[in-house]
Amino acid sequence: MSEESGTVKKFMFVNRTAPYGTVYALESLEVVLISAAFEQDVSLVFIEDGVWQLKKGQQTKGIETKNFSPTYRALEGYDVEKLYVERESLAARGLTEDDLLVDVTVLAAEELGKLMDEQDVVLSF
Amino acid sequence: MNLGILVNEGPYQHQAADSAYLFCKAALAKGHQIHRVFFYHDGVNNSTRLTEPPQDDRNIVARWSKLAQDHNVDLVVCVAAALRRGIRDDNLAPGFRISGLGQLVESGIQADRLVVFGD
Amino acid sequence: MLHIVNKSPTERKSLDTCLRIAAPGTILLIEDAVYAATRGTEVEARVKAAMQRFRICALLPDLEARAVADRVIEGVATVDYGGFVDLVAEHRNCQSWL
Repeated sequence: MSEESGTVKKFMFVNRTAPYGTVYALESLEVVLISAAFEQDVSLVFIEDGVWQLKKGQQTKGIETKNFSPTYRALEGYDVEKLYVERESLAARGLTEDDLLVDVTVLAAEELGKLMDEQDVVLSF
Repeated sequence: MNLGILVNEGPYQHQAADSAYLFCKAALAKGHQIHRVFFYHDGVNNSTRLTEPPQDDRNIVARWSKLAQDHNVDLVVCVAAALRRGIRDDNLAPGFRISGLGQLVESGIQADRLVVFGD
Repeated sequence: MLHIVNKSPTERKSLDTCLRIAAPGTILLIEDAVYAATRGTEVEARVKAAMQRFRICALLPDLEARAVADRVIEGVATVDYGGFVDLVAEHRNCQSWL
């Protein structure tokens, strides 16, 4: 799968949309998995309504849509371990880390901005 | 410079496809290369040859095809997103090809910059 | 880093989120975000304050299309699509705040 062995770039996926209302969260996750297969240095960032993607307890049977939230827990198996959540986005939605279905690093806006600056490729959907 | 482009929205609904096209045209005019234009999400709708806009409107799909023809730009449509939306090889406009998401990641790796257009 | 924003600041929070998170760099306003570059809006003060940390540019064809090219905040640079390309080339990376 890794056609570009040798070239490892820093890929950041910026998730800013809630799940289910639009397809972005799901299709973003699909690119994340492919990037991991290409052995890139992948990080995921959840800000604004993107933090809802990680809310524990999603039950999608009633909307007849696939619940893709377990995939976030599977990311570790693909060596995708850098998950960041912005503190203010979490707080603004009445959420704490305990509400999230996966372990994340909570960062202040400024720390996140610096991290973003260090990336080679930033993908946002 | 070698530029990768990602288009995430369909034509006519959102300005993203227009902005991406005009960006590509300006980049080529300045002597840059377009490494690839990757169409994802509803962006795959940029590739259907069944599009028939009114005569006084721009033909977004034909515009992409011409860009591919004139400048050898690689127009790649995500297979999973395309099949979900009824885009297949038999209704693909000239210059487009259907392939996997790996082509987007590869563009991110190989191009000097990747610019995202969407909603 | 180049931050590209395309949402109207009076409808969506993209610009505010960008201003909160982005490290100092350049912001390019395109599509509906060009309204943020105009005088007299409720976001003008925030945009002016942000000019201390960011170079702010707006896409002229989008301003013209929306009939607001004559009311651009002083200090906001306008660029055409060629200028957009230059901004992408000048910065080592870019993020689209869609």
